[in-house]
Amino acid sequence: MNVGLQHYLIVSGLLFSLGLLGVVVRRNLLVIFMGLELMLNAANLSLVAFSRYNANLDGQVMVFFIITVAAAEVAVGLALIVALYRKRQTAHVEDLTTLKL
Amino acid sequence: MPQFTDLLFFAFAGMALLFGFLTVANPVSRNPVTSAMFLVLTIISLAGLYLLLHAFFLAAVQVLVYAGAVMVLFLFVIMLLDIKEEERRRLKTFTVGVGSVAVAALLGILTVSALSAKPGSPAGQTRLAVGDTAELGKVLFNHWLLPFEILSVLLLVAMVGVILLSKKDLK
Repeated sequence: MNVGLQHYLIVSGLLFSLGLLGVVVRRNLLVIFMGLELMLNAANLSLVAFSRYNANLDGQVMVFFIITVAAAEVAVGLALIVALYRKRQTAHVEDLTTLKL
Repeated sequence: MPQFTDLLFFAFAGMALLFGFLTVANPVSRNPVTSAMFLVLTIISLAGLYLLLHAFFLAAVQVLVYAGAVMVLFLFVIMLLDIKEEERRRLKTFTVGVGSVAVAALLGILTVSALSAKPGSPAGQTRLAVGDTAELGKVLFNHWLLPFEILSVLLLVAMVGVILLSKKDLK
C-alpha cells in the first residue's frame, strides 16, 4: 500500500476532529485555545499535502501565512485571557456568563 | 514490501494523532501544562510529516515558531494563571456526549470527502521542485509579495494591541 494524498487528508481530518473535540468538551480557556491551534495545524497539513500532490507551491506559501497569523492570534488571544483573568479571576468558560440573557 | 517513507508516514501520523488525543482528552491528567507539552509533541510530529511531503522550510518554521515561540507563550500564561482549580471540576457527561456525536458526524463528512479526493501526481516527476526553499522564496517574494508585506503590518498591529491589552489600567 502506497501512502498517497488520501492518507494525509484522513490524518488531517482526524486531527481537526480532535481539535474540535477539545474546543467543544473542555471548559478551560487555555485548553480551548490549544484545540484551536490543533485545528489550524490540521488545515496546514492538508494544504501542504495538496501542494505536494499538485506540484504547486502556493499551498506552502498559504501555510507560511497561516503560521504567521496564528502566531499573532495566539499573542492577542493570550493577552485577552490574561486581561480577563485580572478582572474576573477565572479562566473557565462556565464562569464567564455576563452576556447570557 | 512497504517503502521506508511509508513506514515513517505511519509512525509520524500515529504519533501526531496519539499526542493530539492526549492534548485534548488526557485520561490521566487535566492539567493545562500536560496538554501544552503534548501539543508540542503533536506539532513536532507534524513537522515530521511536512518533511515527508518535501516541505523542508515549513518543517523548520513549524518547529521554530510553533514548538518554540507559541508554546513558550502558552506556558508563560499558564504559569501566570492559577491552574489548580481545573482538576477539581468535573466535565458534564451531557456536554461530552453531544460534543462527541457532533465531532463524529463532522469526521464522517471529512473522511468521505477525503476518500473522494483525486490522487494527483506525486510531485517527484514534475519539473517544479516542490519543497525547495529557493523555489518557495521565489514564489513568496514575486507572486505573494503584497500579502507578505500586509502580514508584517498585521504583526505590528498585533504587537501594539497586546501591549495595550496588558497595560495595568485597562480602560
